[in-house]
Amino acid sequence: MSDEPRDAVSWAKKVDRLHVTDEVKAIGYNIEGRRVAGPQQGFGRLWHRISIAEFGPTVSPQALVADWRAHFGSYWPAGSRFHGGLTGIAPGDVAPLEAGPVTTGILVLYADDVSFTFITPEGHMFAAMITFSAEETEAGTRARIDILLRTSDPIFEAGWFVIKPSEDRFWAGTLRNLAAAHGVHHPAITQTTECVDDRRIWKHWRNVVRNSGIRTVWHTVTRALRRPRRSSPVA
Amino acid sequence: MALSAARLSVDTYPPNAAVIQVAGDVTAACEQDLMAAHEEASDTGAKVIVLDFTGMDYMNSGGIGMLVTLLVRGQRRQQRIAAVGLTTHYRQIFELTRLDEAIGLFDTTAAAVATR
Repeated sequence: MSDEPRDAVSWAKKVDRLHVTDEVKAIGYNIEGRRVAGPQQGFGRLWHRISIAEFGPTVSPQALVADWRAHFGSYWPAGSRFHGGLTGIAPGDVAPLEAGPVTTGILVLYADDVSFTFITPEGHMFAAMITFSAEETEAGTRARIDILLRTSDPIFEAGWFVIKPSEDRFWAGTLRNLAAAHGVHHPAITQTTECVDDRRIWKHWRNVVRNSGIRTVWHTVTRALRRPRRSSPVA
Repeated sequence: MALSAARLSVDTYPPNAAVIQVAGDVTAACEQDLMAAHEEASDTGAKVIVLDFTGMDYMNSGGIGMLVTLLVRGQRRQQRIAAVGLTTHYRQIFELTRLDEAIGLFDTTAAAVATR
């Protein structure tokens, strides 16, 4: 009998720093070498946000999560890109992403047959854990997104009133796309946001030095300077 | 809502600590039970809350999220939260998620209570 707990294969292996693969190195500049930052490493108020969509009896929770893991990025609304692995979501994956004007990423912290969880890197707009799951209810299958987050730094905290409605639209859009792929059109979606802790963690204000928004702008404007020079043709 | 598969009990540890024994499967489904156990421990006046995971069989990411919430509740009451009885596997999960920066990890309850 093995001493290994039955959840062992579901968790990412311990790493101190995140590293992206060569295929996505060019887009992974805000993750490479970063540590993860859970809600306790963030700055702003602590929020628990839940988005729920009712799928009815058309698909089982296991089949839904298998498909969600396999095609995660393709269910995102237009304007955002997820650079995950070709084989889908797996524990330990480090994936860059482009959310509107910000380039950042995630670590796949945990994945099993009915759920998977991301944790964010330092500099991401949120210090967060995001869990995607499906469960059986009396009405059929329910898809659910749980986000436990603090904004990472004072700049993102100041922008929370803009970020929150944008996030609401983003995750509702994701759930609609996922539902449509399973033959469910116009699913009932409910979203709630609960403030778990209204205190800000002021000692983490320095997180601003890794702000992915600022670093994305800087990366973009200095791109031309980083282009490799063409060598002169040899006579 | 899923049923909790965790078993929780509270022991006092005079003069100012309480131990919450956490056994079974730790998932988001046991959040109400854990918060109730924390209330019971806090009612003893404890300033140190020790989570004893010796009997834990399984934990998913929902369990980690629940511990973040518990940490906030403890901080509101000026309590220090510590953990004992974690196997190497679960210790590494606490380290991976950097939860160990907020919840001290110890080998024994005595060490958890004695450390400031």
